Amino acid sequence: MKPRAWGLTIFSALVFAFLYLPVLTLIVYSFNGPGVGGFPPRDLTLRWYGMLLEDDALWNSVLNSLTVAAAATAIALVFGLCAALALDRVPFPGKYVFRRLVLLPLILPGIITGLSLLMLFVVVGMKLSLLTITLGHGTALISVAATEILAGLQKFPRSLEEASLDLGASQWQTFWRVTMPSLRLPIVSSALLIFTLSMDEIAVSFFLLGRENTLPLEIWSRLRRGITPEINAISTIIFAFSLVTIGAWYRLRRTDEVVLPEG
Amino acid sequence: MYGRAYKTAVALPPVAWVAAFLLIPYAFLFCYSFWSVSGQNVVHEWTLVNYRELLHSSMYGSVMARSARIAATVTLLSMLLGFPLAYYISFHCSRRKELYQLVIIPLWVSYLVRAYAWKTILGSDGVLNSLLQFVHLSHEPLGFLLYSPLAVLITLTHIYVAFAFLPIYASLEHIPRNLLEAARDLGASGPRMFWTVIFPLSLPGVIAGATFAFVLSLGDFLSPLLVGGPSGIMISNIVVSLFGAAFNWPLGAAVSLCLLLVVLAILWVTERLQHRLTFH
Repeated sequence: MKPRAWGLTIFSALVFAFLYLPVLTLIVYSFNGPGVGGFPPRDLTLRWYGMLLEDDALWNSVLNSLTVAAAATAIALVFGLCAALALDRVPFPGKYVFRRLVLLPLILPGIITGLSLLMLFVVVGMKLSLLTITLGHGTALISVAATEILAGLQKFPRSLEEASLDLGASQWQTFWRVTMPSLRLPIVSSALLIFTLSMDEIAVSFFLLGRENTLPLEIWSRLRRGITPEINAISTIIFAFSLVTIGAWYRLRRTDEVVLPEG
Repeated sequence: MYGRAYKTAVALPPVAWVAAFLLIPYAFLFCYSFWSVSGQNVVHEWTLVNYRELLHSSMYGSVMARSARIAATVTLLSMLLGFPLAYYISFHCSRRKELYQLVIIPLWVSYLVRAYAWKTILGSDGVLNSLLQFVHLSHEPLGFLLYSPLAVLITLTHIYVAFAFLPIYASLEHIPRNLLEAARDLGASGPRMFWTVIFPLSLPGVIAGATFAFVLSLGDFLSPLLVGGPSGIMISNIVVSLFGAAFNWPLGAAVSLCLLLVVLAILWVTERLQHRLTFH
């Protein structure tokens, strides 16, 4: 049925090669004895992973990033959920502007959002720290939660809420027992996405950085000093970790789809 | 059916938060661009001095033009790589879901690390140069690979090709397959079917992908710093230095505001274009 298009197949394979070349280089050279660079890779070693274990500054930045990402995810989820409910069912003045404004940080160059927030924090006299980075990430990523949850709400039959209210449940009970359970999928998937984006965010953090580094900024400051294979090692670990997370997420979604056939 | 308390409870917190942490900061950016700097202090008096500086110094215009050129090339390359890939996966492939995932997976490697991986590939004692010497294609390292606009192009294309791919793939997946059967039954050849049915229906996705690639690469400042060298400097690098070492926040704010307006203008145009090209 499908005509074989060899040219297209080969071209697509080359695009995949282009996409994966840096990823493979990264992984292979994390085991390369002489460090980064040189061909072919030789003297395979776990030395760089060993160095990594003793590198307190790096692990400290990983911990900082995890803390920031967790807090930013909480902020973005709470306000994103409210924003989605408001956009779906509350008419309010400035709704159009609000909708546009929330989306801006995702499409504007990160430095614009970063330095605008920097100006705010300087004017109100707030010291730059992990807290300012968290506020920045949380705010910039509200739209991720809002868009996903809004899409979920638009598929959700409102008659279920009406039924719940008619049967005597309060608005609060209806929210927790009817609305929230049906939004489980968009909430979990946007949480995962927000967490990952926050872990990798650099442009906004760049301007809001206090004394404590997040992982990308720690890597950034090391890269400026010169190339080190340790960066390959930590990146490989994080990549492997991400793959496991995506795998788990797909399994979760598959089982969820069986329970809720309407999605 | 929703009470007044419910409506206030869901609408007020996000509106207040977004006003405090997005609207007001963007307003500060606007204000700062009309202030000036004297020594180490920002003078809070309205002035056009920053915009005059932008018009008079040729540096800002030329860096902006270079950034736009680099972003346009990255966009074109992302389209040239992303469209055939999306088309292949959507129309010629039996393992669509798996290959789609395969495009997404590299996005899980940190942006910074991927840019840096290119540095290790393109550097003068990097992987590519060593490989070329290993197979005796060249005898000394090619110095022009790293620290050049070429390196910035390769790195940015690598990073943004997936962003171009995603909307194109989504639009191709949405094309009703019975349209293709109808075209075939009516005697359209393969190329004719592509150009009269598939391509026009994919245009909204193409425009969305091109917008992402252009806007995101236009404001990028990390890849130019990592792999670009002096000739690869882009507009955001200037903003960073004005906010850092040069300590001229008002001028930096003016440059950012121009960048912001350019981006908003592009979004405005492409959104209208997308709307017109979508079949309702």
